[in-house]
Amino acid sequence: MSHALVTLSGVSKHYGAHRAVSVLDLDLREGECVALAGHNGAGKSTLIKLILGLIRPTHGRVMLFGHDAHSPAAARQRARIGYLPETVALHPAMTGAETLAFYARLKRQPLSRNAGLLEKVGISSAAHRRVGGYSKGMRQRLALAQALLGEPRILLFDEPTTGLDPASRLTFYEIVHELRASGATILLSTHALSELAGHADRIVVMKAGLKIADGAMSALRRDTGLPIRISVSLCQPGAAAPSPAWRPVEPGRYELLCHEADKVDAIRSIGAIASPIRDLDIQVPGLDDIYAHLLEREDA
Amino acid sequence: MNAVSTIIGKEIRDGLRNRWVLATSLLLAALALALGVLGSAPTGAVKVDPLTVTVVSLSSLSIFLVPLIAMLLAYDAIVGEVDRGTMALLLSYPVSRGQVIMGKFIGHLAILAIATGAGYGSAGLALQWVYGGMDAGAWRPFAMLIGASVLLGASFLAMGYLISTLVRERATAAGIALGVWLFFVVIYDMGLLGVLAADQGRHVTPGILNALLLANPSDVYRLLNLTGFENISLYAGMAGVSDQARLPVPMLVAAQLLWIAVPFGLAAFCFRRKQL
Repeated sequence: MSHALVTLSGVSKHYGAHRAVSVLDLDLREGECVALAGHNGAGKSTLIKLILGLIRPTHGRVMLFGHDAHSPAAARQRARIGYLPETVALHPAMTGAETLAFYARLKRQPLSRNAGLLEKVGISSAAHRRVGGYSKGMRQRLALAQALLGEPRILLFDEPTTGLDPASRLTFYEIVHELRASGATILLSTHALSELAGHADRIVVMKAGLKIADGAMSALRRDTGLPIRISVSLCQPGAAAPSPAWRPVEPGRYELLCHEADKVDAIRSIGAIASPIRDLDIQVPGLDDIYAHLLEREDA
Repeated sequence: MNAVSTIIGKEIRDGLRNRWVLATSLLLAALALALGVLGSAPTGAVKVDPLTVTVVSLSSLSIFLVPLIAMLLAYDAIVGEVDRGTMALLLSYPVSRGQVIMGKFIGHLAILAIATGAGYGSAGLALQWVYGGMDAGAWRPFAMLIGASVLLGASFLAMGYLISTLVRERATAAGIALGVWLFFVVIYDMGLLGVLAADQGRHVTPGILNALLLANPSDVYRLLNLTGFENISLYAGMAGVSDQARLPVPMLVAAQLLWIAVPFGLAAFCFRRKQL
């Protein structure tokens, strides 16, 4: 990993008595894909707005490409950022192609690539219809196209897949995959963490403005200590369990909860069972389980 | 193309496409025509140019209408885009906030100018065509009426932008805009009239009166139109006024430009500091 493109150090943002973000430190390094998880109101959108320089932090510093995010120098650098807002707001009277042309001009990009972008997000057939008549999914696709203008080095996606149908989600993650391959830095906020499996290098979990977890997925899984659930069904209902640790669920079916570190041993112990095995099921805690656990732990 | 002109172009296209310009032009043209045709009845015998009379009656009407149109355009300009979320996206682009507010303002001003020019201009042409063989000199005050209307609109546009920048809710912006419009267009003059009647010229000297008139963009507009030309002030019954309280046209224009620059400057300043 090379140097950080975005750095937040000790950043707080208060709206009156409400603390939207409290003393947060975060680095986005070049080529990283970071997932930002948290409930509604956890401060995800505020964090993205801070990076964009739309709001000023109450305390702390936000640096973007080495400049203060609120400075004119950072404003000029915004041509290298793509932003997909949480509520996609586009001008309804313009057509899709006009919308993209408007934003391309603002980013000083040649308009010649626009048709290709519309093709890529899958709305080229609707390019000359007014955005007002678009479905939510189409608007989201168009908004994605504007975020991709000018091959940005940082992409900020604020809940990009909320309300999208599975096909649109798939297109979206394909594009994320391409962007990662091209070395772009991506920050993706979401509350559907399970979708992100395999896409994010790092997961940051926020709650009530605080960062409560930050790390790679495997590290988080180890950290939370959530057990892996292994269950075996045996052909002979009377057969004994491989060891007393296995808990009988029903005749002939046993279940074992073990930690990540003991997983291999536990699976090996299944070999000691004399009776033929009818079925074997291993449940690894998913991202959503980890996420729920992290949030619960904070409550306790 | 630079960011300001991109935003101007977008605003003008929006205005043309949502029929705003068309509706406003038609409204203004219809009113101008109605006043021109009706106004020609009493002037028929004395052979007064209908365009000249139209200027007098139109300026009295524009004083209400043009600021209202400007306020309707402006109150939503900033707060509406912030509310819908388009502003956050726009500001995530490499444009400064100064460029955004400047582009939007010029775009809206262009819409207003197109509507006023097209509306009044077409009505003027129609009157000329119907009554034929009129004084070409009557076009100068008519052109000045259009120009002054655009300036008046610009000052209310600027005030509307200031309101739109300061408030958080669209409804609040609409309410305040309406209040400001009512104050400058109706209440201010009524109050001034009351003061003048009660004072009987003891304290309020022509100098103070001039200052008070300059302190309201709609009064500046009235003076620009009704005292700017000899003929017009005669028909408007302002001949006496203009002798006593003569404000030179450049001064009136300067005052009106200040009424545009100051509120707009404040709006731009506040917008730069606004938290989204």
